[in-house]
Amino acid sequence: MATTPTSTPPPKTNRIGLAVMDYRGGKTTLCAGCGHNAISERIIDAMYEMGVKPERVAKLSGIGCSSKSPAYFMGRSHSFNAVHGRMPSVATGAVLANRSLMALGVSGDGDTASIGMGQFVHLMRRNLPIIYIIEDNGVYGLTKGQFSATADLGSKLKTGVINDLPPVDTCAMAITLGATFVGRSFSGDKRQLHAMLKAAIAHRGTVMLDVVSPCVTFNDHEGSTKSYKYMKDHDEPLQEVSFVPVFEDITVEYDPGSTVEVTMHDGSRLRLRKLEEDYDPTDRIKAITRLNEAHEKGEVLTGVFYVNPKAPSFVDLLNITEQPLATLPESVVRPGREVLEQVMEELR
Amino acid sequence: MAQDAFELAEQFQTLVFVMSDLDLGMNNWMADPFKYPEKPIKRGKVLGKEDLDRLGGFARYKDVDGDGIPYRTLPGTDHPGAAWFARGSGHNEKGQYSERPDDYERNMERINRKFETSRSFVPRPEIVANGKSKVGIIAYGTSHWAIVESRDQLRKECNIETDYLRLRAYPFTREVHDFVKQHDRVYVVEQNRDAQMLSLLKLDVEASLITRLRSIAHIHGLPMDARSVTDELMTMEGK
Repeated sequence: MATTPTSTPPPKTNRIGLAVMDYRGGKTTLCAGCGHNAISERIIDAMYEMGVKPERVAKLSGIGCSSKSPAYFMGRSHSFNAVHGRMPSVATGAVLANRSLMALGVSGDGDTASIGMGQFVHLMRRNLPIIYIIEDNGVYGLTKGQFSATADLGSKLKTGVINDLPPVDTCAMAITLGATFVGRSFSGDKRQLHAMLKAAIAHRGTVMLDVVSPCVTFNDHEGSTKSYKYMKDHDEPLQEVSFVPVFEDITVEYDPGSTVEVTMHDGSRLRLRKLEEDYDPTDRIKAITRLNEAHEKGEVLTGVFYVNPKAPSFVDLLNITEQPLATLPESVVRPGREVLEQVMEELR
Repeated sequence: MAQDAFELAEQFQTLVFVMSDLDLGMNNWMADPFKYPEKPIKRGKVLGKEDLDRLGGFARYKDVDGDGIPYRTLPGTDHPGAAWFARGSGHNEKGQYSERPDDYERNMERINRKFETSRSFVPRPEIVANGKSKVGIIAYGTSHWAIVESRDQLRKECNIETDYLRLRAYPFTREVHDFVKQHDRVYVVEQNRDAQMLSLLKLDVEASLITRLRSIAHIHGLPMDARSVTDELMTMEGK
């Protein structure tokens, strides 16, 4: 009996001809159910859908469970595990050396809000083009679950220890300091995080996303304020976030009264359907005030808190050449003999 | 020196520390005008897209030619096989996560080979020797001019002829080992309490030569003067 050869349909590809498999990384070694794995999946989906070439992405991280996660997505992108809390310096160097790279930084609440705080604040105030994600679980998972600086007042450890220090709100800090796209999401909110990541890819400047990402081993119990259950009960989205990339020629009517549309640097459109009537994500002062109110009320506010696609990035401010410094020929990067002679003469 | 430091960093794919001290860093010093660099910048073993097309790929930490220095690619290289992961944990030659003891050992041995290779590339010491002195002095940094003057004092005041090696780099080059071998007593003059350079030399020279090394450590926080070196060396020489 003759057999009919069955042909496997070719994998679905994105606008640059790559399949979603081309955006995958190694197999995760994080705990089953860890929020970080869900974030990795969202990054893969967002990069795939936006058609970002993996070779143009530089993944950067510090130390911690979060910082291990770049191994689990985008295996065709260069990646660098920096020293604990020092990823911003490495990222700044990488972006300045090659401005055509898309920097994707993955940090944790410990890596950012304690040991890395000094570097974090200077990264935010520079508006370096980078997507900086904090995978925020409120504890140090790799060292057996001690509270981090983002743990909420009154949150309880498995051992019964209560946190009696107020949390650092990394979003309020980032807005105050000068980051130009700031939001908070939840690893369990697939739709919101996905839209925010796609908008982040279209933004030019510092994107700071604090993503609450429960630690199933050390911080997912009754009394924790960073557990799946707590987030499901207390998540207060400011908006319904959606994103229309520049390459999708879709015209959808929207009601300016109920929806804020922000045109991103590349012409993409970020749409925020207001769930709070008077919230304006382009008003820095109000954003900070609203975040402070959320602390008073015990809400976990999520959504895009602040966006400003028009602010000059650090690369713009430095006025560096369009061609990446890393690829400039020696004839261009080495000043002429007369330049050195002039400098020497001035020092006589 | 800055150019040398950057080139060594690129060639050996490692950090290079340029040592200074308080005297050098905070006081004004005269220097000869810098010479214009004529040679091309050395970037070390970097593979580009064309190389990867030809080779079909590469292993980031594989020592292909025995010097301990593997090939690398730069971020942004437009080839699907160009990426590598600079990870903080144990890894194999391809940069993949590994907890295998043989992978770890192979990497440690490779780094050791790289360290040994670097001895032939770092700046060599400056040596002033007459071939007859039994006493040698090793110093570095701003101790230099005090040593120049101290050697004159030692010659004039107690007829001690000394040879002098001014260190310019660590790891130590072959010349440093030879210098210790060629002298009965070697005084290591340095400006720190714990005689740190002497300790590094003790780890590096043959065991039989360790007893030749002596310490003159200067720790009062002021620029080193010749007299204090001369007096201490004379005392230790029994003069």
